[in-house]
Amino acid sequence: MSLGLELRGITREYRMGEEVVHALAGVDLALGHNEYVAIVGASGSGKSSLMNIIGCLDSPTAGSYTLNGRAVAGMSDTELATVRNREIGFIFQSFNLLPRVDALHNVMQPLVYRRLPVAERKAKAREALARVGLADRMEHLPNQLSGGQCQRVAVARALVGEPAILLADEPTGNLDSATTAEIMALFDELHAGGQTIVVVTHEAEIAAHCLRVVRLRDGRIESDRRQERAA
Amino acid sequence: MNLLLESLRSAFSAIRAHAFRSFLTALGIIIGVGSVVAVVSIVQGLSYTVNAQFQGLGSNSITVSSYTPRERWLQGRIAKLTEDDLRAIEHRVEGISHVTPILYDPRNQMINVGYRAQSTFTRMFGVGSSYMEVNQSFPQKGRFFTRTDNERRRLVCLVGADVVEELELPDGGLGEFIRIGEEWCKIVGVMEERGEIFGFSQDNYVLLPYSTMQRLLGTSREFDIQVQLLVDDLERMAEVDARIGRVLRQQHELAPDENDDFRIQTAEQLTASFNSVINTITAVAAGVVGISLLVGGIGIMNIMLVSVTERTREIGILKALGARRVDILLQFLIEAVLLCLLGGLLGIALGWGGGALVSMMLPSFPPAHVPIWAVALSVGFSAAVGIVFGILPAAKAAQLDPIESLRYE
Repeated sequence: MSLGLELRGITREYRMGEEVVHALAGVDLALGHNEYVAIVGASGSGKSSLMNIIGCLDSPTAGSYTLNGRAVAGMSDTELATVRNREIGFIFQSFNLLPRVDALHNVMQPLVYRRLPVAERKAKAREALARVGLADRMEHLPNQLSGGQCQRVAVARALVGEPAILLADEPTGNLDSATTAEIMALFDELHAGGQTIVVVTHEAEIAAHCLRVVRLRDGRIESDRRQERAA
Repeated sequence: MNLLLESLRSAFSAIRAHAFRSFLTALGIIIGVGSVVAVVSIVQGLSYTVNAQFQGLGSNSITVSSYTPRERWLQGRIAKLTEDDLRAIEHRVEGISHVTPILYDPRNQMINVGYRAQSTFTRMFGVGSSYMEVNQSFPQKGRFFTRTDNERRRLVCLVGADVVEELELPDGGLGEFIRIGEEWCKIVGVMEERGEIFGFSQDNYVLLPYSTMQRLLGTSREFDIQVQLLVDDLERMAEVDARIGRVLRQQHELAPDENDDFRIQTAEQLTASFNSVINTITAVAAGVVGISLLVGGIGIMNIMLVSVTERTREIGILKALGARRVDILLQFLIEAVLLCLLGGLLGIALGWGGGALVSMMLPSFPPAHVPIWAVALSVGFSAAVGIVFGILPAAKAAQLDPIESLRYE
């Protein structure tokens, strides 16, 4: 059993009326443990489709996807939900926190679907919030937090289940440059701690943080190169 | 269990987030359940009191009255019970005591009585001296009729408490003369107060000796009377009932294929027929409420559908975090059920209060009584409405595509 993920010949087609759109046209990609990857490309290049498939929100039209040794393509909805819950930590551009509950309960939410007892959920969520530096904001509602703080809560929520992959979709798209730097520093730190991170972005500065850059174009991988981290 | 608690917590938070909207949504259920509980509490209160009064009537009493079947009525043969029938029952039926005739003018049930400047309308009955025992109703002051009163057709009477009050009789009225129709009668007794049933006073009447009543109505006609009697042994009720039937059929010379032209009613039958009326009222109320719960349920479904659309993004987030379809389904279903249950509980409180208020404000009504089955039924029904009308929105939420939902603005 190999840790990490492996995509082979992934295609994804959408039907738009009569026309068939090939969002992904044969993608092969392998990610090992503790990788730090940026997926970049122009809009319409298939970034989002690839992210949805890696994140198990969507199933490929054809091809195989192995995540931590398990074949994910062709799983049922319920099985996919379980995989999302255990293996994937999502971070979104617009944070996507639950508006009615405080930071602590936002972070606890993924553990609800693991059927953990409340005390354990609380302990793990506190720990995760402390890791992103929000130990003193646990009781705050999302609308009482700044954008940067919201994204930190979202990172804590993604981390709390100890996922195989942290999957971030334009994580700094809604943040100013200072906050962006903070969040990327946090990502670097998490990577240093052994976390596998995949960032979907169109910003070169963000991609520069990563150790590997996968460039998509028209649903195919145009380039896949490793790089030294920019200083 | 954990999952259920979690759904419950999240349902509470969703309902609290839109407290006013939730209240309006549940209003259909609140009003529906409230009205059924109010109606049931009032009707059950009545039934409780009336049954208690029937018990006081004496469960071993029997009332016999004439009854004209439709085909005989068309032939112009109106049935009658006569003094001969009364005597036949007295002599030929064993195991009975305290037989009394009751005579009243069927064409003129309310008659005018007067004292000095006052006058009022009241009911008038001619009765035998056993009336007291059969009806468990005794004079509070003065005396009842004697045999001589009856034989001599004396113009004496007993009055109910209302008559004393209406005519403003001095010193409770004993010994005074009141005008009944064209005659003057001396009051020899005042009957005990019996209170009210259904808001009708049981104390507005004048009793005359049977023969005196005949004299007032005119002796030329033969009158239709009622016969009331007491059965000595409650165990032999059915036997006595049947025996009276046979005697009267002989008296009236009925052919074997003819129907009875009389009715024999026991106190038990009166209670039973009253209870069947009560049950009908309750059933009709329940039907009306069934409709209002249906309407309330549709309201809940409507708002839940709106809520699912509003929270599409939230559903997408939860799915990304690993919520399975069943988790989402349960969350929305429990929210709908909780909304209905809260509505139901508010409705019960409202109906309870409303019923108590109505029965308090109507002076003659007995206190409202909410039976436990009505509460249990209301709660159960509310929950059922929540499930039935919550399942569609919940299923819709569960089926949402996570990618689409996350993109939803």
